Amino acid sequence: MAKRIGMEVSIAASEAVKLADVDLIAAYPITPQTHIVEHLSEVVADGELDAAFVPVESEHSAMSCCIGSSAAGARTFTATSSQGLALMHEILFIAPAMRLPIVMVVANRALSGPISIWNDHSDIMSEQDIAWIQTFAENGQEVFDLVLHAFRVAEDSKVLLPVIVNLDGFTLSHVIEPIEILDKAEVDKYLPPYKPKVRLDPRKPVSMGMVGIPEIYTEAKKATDEALINSKKVVLKAWKEFGDLFGRYYNPVESYKTEGAEVILITMGSISETAMTAIDKMREKGMPVGLVRFRLWKPFPAPEFKKAIAGVQTLAVVDRALSPGGACGPVAEEIKAALYAERGRPKVYNFIAGLGGRDVTVENFEEIVSKAFTYAKKRPKQLYEMIGVREI
Amino acid sequence: MAKIDAVMGWKKLDLGCVIRQPGSSRTFKTGDWRSQRPVVDRDKCIKCGLCWVYCPDLAMVPAEEGYYKVNLDYCKGCGICAKECPKDAITMVLEED
Repeated sequence: MAKRIGMEVSIAASEAVKLADVDLIAAYPITPQTHIVEHLSEVVADGELDAAFVPVESEHSAMSCCIGSSAAGARTFTATSSQGLALMHEILFIAPAMRLPIVMVVANRALSGPISIWNDHSDIMSEQDIAWIQTFAENGQEVFDLVLHAFRVAEDSKVLLPVIVNLDGFTLSHVIEPIEILDKAEVDKYLPPYKPKVRLDPRKPVSMGMVGIPEIYTEAKKATDEALINSKKVVLKAWKEFGDLFGRYYNPVESYKTEGAEVILITMGSISETAMTAIDKMREKGMPVGLVRFRLWKPFPAPEFKKAIAGVQTLAVVDRALSPGGACGPVAEEIKAALYAERGRPKVYNFIAGLGGRDVTVENFEEIVSKAFTYAKKRPKQLYEMIGVREI
Repeated sequence: MAKIDAVMGWKKLDLGCVIRQPGSSRTFKTGDWRSQRPVVDRDKCIKCGLCWVYCPDLAMVPAEEGYYKVNLDYCKGCGICAKECPKDAITMVLEED
């Protein structure tokens, strides 16, 4: 039986990887991801997990090694953060193009400069076009569950795409939470062994990662895009089966107290729990406000999102990354694009908060919501604004 | 424009664009990139085979009586054969001539 125990979230992530019985881990340590790969190197060294642990010389090599490993048909895992993710950038696009089901945990952290080891989403929001499936965890239990879900989805013969599980650096990665760790027999019920459809095998040779001449590149990109869009069916099915087996049900978009709401806050990741506390407080005061948060980010769950915000006139979108010189933050941009063709679309106000480890407090959410109520009556000139920035 | 047998729609592409057939690059006839083509003067040719050795595209192929001829399906007109020929038996001629 599964036990609920106090555990650092990073350790829970690596325990999920261990229970998934991966064949290869290639990783380079970077704060705040280090504890995840450190623990995995220990369980491999102690013989608790029969896997190859490749201590590569950079994240560029880590992702390259993962691509080779996955191409050979091995269940493959890596984890990184911030500058490490940026260093992987050019290799990230290759994994989905080759349809390799690699699973990666990204402990989200700000990108330099200035140098910051602290949490925001600027690392992952710089990687929006890599064609990986992406989920965001809200708490430690979700991290554990989403890692298992990631392997299940990635390796499904209808999907065969890499998956990133995002977790907030420090806020989640370094926090000890009560987490229910499933046992091996339970995980085995959920996650069958990986059976690659095509792999590097001298007995049945294939060439992988070939050149795409102008006559074929467009078709290759279309095929990957379609695969990513269609992966949502499996993402949902795998969450449903997880819930049926273990009692925890997940949705691509979650709603909280949205009934009768005039303003809806939009968040993702760990700040969502603070946002819920803020919603409770504001609801007690009689303010009609609710929360919608993304668990699935790519493929963008547009129908579920539209359903969750149906009938609401005002959205207050919180972005944890800045898109300098652009129209607004990346999350607001996606939302605005998704809603543009809708009849009677709501007004979307964008608030950039929690950059480089700045706390996003209950008071911040109250400020954001009260601004959204004001703006709903009186249209503001600016397209986005930064919360808590000192205007002096 | 390039005439390629491999052109197909996205639904027909193999998973991850893998190539299962060895040597399938033969179907990609790269000769149409060429602006100049090599012409061999058999009166000067001593059948040494250096053009065959140096051609990076294996477009110089052995022909009858020990001579070599150009396979224009793949010759990109780089001129290496003409440059390396010790007897100046190969001349690069503009395609439109």
